[in-house]
Amino acid sequence: MKKSISIIDYGLCNIFNVANAFRYIGCNVNIIDSPNEVDRADHLVLPGVGAFKDGMDGLVKRNLTESIVAHAQNNKPFIGICLGMQMMLNTSFEFGKHEGLGIISGQVKKIPNINNNLPHKIPHIGWNKLDIPSDIKESDNLLKNQDNYLSMYFIHSYHVLCANQSNIIAQTTYNDMMIVAMIKKNNIYGCQFHPEKSGSCGLQLLEDFKNL
Amino acid sequence: MTSNIRLIPRLDIKGPNLIKGIHLEGLRVVGDPEIYAKKYYDDGADELLYMDIVASLYGRNNLKEIIKKTVKNVFIPITVGGGVRSIDDVRDLLRSGAEKVAINTAAANNPDLIRNVARKFGSQCMVLSIEAKKINDNYWEVYTENGRQKTGMNVVDWAIKGCELGAGEILLTSVDQEGTKNGFDIELVESVSKNVPIPVIASGGMGKHEDALEVVTKAKADAISMADILHYDRTTIQEIRDFCHSHNIKVRRYEKKHKHN
Repeated sequence: MKKSISIIDYGLCNIFNVANAFRYIGCNVNIIDSPNEVDRADHLVLPGVGAFKDGMDGLVKRNLTESIVAHAQNNKPFIGICLGMQMMLNTSFEFGKHEGLGIISGQVKKIPNINNNLPHKIPHIGWNKLDIPSDIKESDNLLKNQDNYLSMYFIHSYHVLCANQSNIIAQTTYNDMMIVAMIKKNNIYGCQFHPEKSGSCGLQLLEDFKNL
Repeated sequence: MTSNIRLIPRLDIKGPNLIKGIHLEGLRVVGDPEIYAKKYYDDGADELLYMDIVASLYGRNNLKEIIKKTVKNVFIPITVGGGVRSIDDVRDLLRSGAEKVAINTAAANNPDLIRNVARKFGSQCMVLSIEAKKINDNYWEVYTENGRQKTGMNVVDWAIKGCELGAGEILLTSVDQEGTKNGFDIELVESVSKNVPIPVIASGGMGKHEDALEVVTKAKADAISMADILHYDRTTIQEIRDFCHSHNIKVRRYEKKHKHN
């Protein structure tokens, strides 16, 4: 039977490509925007491009935050992508200070535009390798099929700072600066890169999420 | 250590066809854009650039259907440009599967559009497209309407202003070099790249592998757009990638081994 994947549409983001990628790997895709649908979801995806405040406003307006947090607390498969990952944290400092979902402890801050006294172009756009600790690489369901030397596609100006380092399962290096690429708590994942735009490596990751 | 340089095939499209011109004029039909897009994806292109080059004439971008079909089999980011005039146009293209939009004419006529797109959808999808014509040493003028219309604006000043308004990236096309195979306008790319804190995609003139080397090392381009060198099979993405590797330019490592290609 085809696995069903529920993707949250909260009004601002481009869900077309995420839906398309899951369909390509053989999933039924439900585009959902109500708390009841989130409650019923098995595999839940929070995608996202755009500003943090607009994203949270979109979730609040549709009364989705409690259901999303409950899904995570019940340890049902969940993945936040890009802005969707950032909204999993407690607080963002993008154009002011804004509350996030608080699923994983930490903050979202602007990537500094100078690093080691060298100018550092922001947004961080392009393909970068995931740096995955070997014990995680062996054991993690979403990373075990990834190759350390292959890259994923990043496009972002803000990055995640986790309160608890054990939530970080992959990082990437941009001009010598370490950036959190993936976070995790049990079955709850977040990725800063776009697996739906990262070619075969990204599709593999989504397939492994499907199989959680 | 710098970031990976992106290799970006540029597909200029007129009606249903991939076309190619010289100096953005004198168009020739190359083929079906979807077939080329899939081939470049399989070869390891880092992104794709789709430009509706007659959109300004008709006042709208006609690429939505082509994008929708392309993204069913192509899982890398696509930037779409040509005739993008409003927030609604941007939304339509993003909903069709574009990752970013490139805006030239409408931004030059109404710079606030840059700010509005960046606020609504984020800077990362607002690519400021600049068509530059060399006037004299260290002075380039901004052109619109595919290199047909003068604006009187200085390219470097406009790039800085666009960046302040919220553009996340600059697609910089040299009208003089475009389609000539004579290499990039190095001084142009360098002048813009060193003056803005956002990535610059160099476009126009790629005729041989060494041109890529020059525009990255001398002019500090963050990405390279190329068209007929690929469309007419004079080289492949993989050959360019290998050339970059062997000359210490960082590009992503790519393998064609996965089942999802």
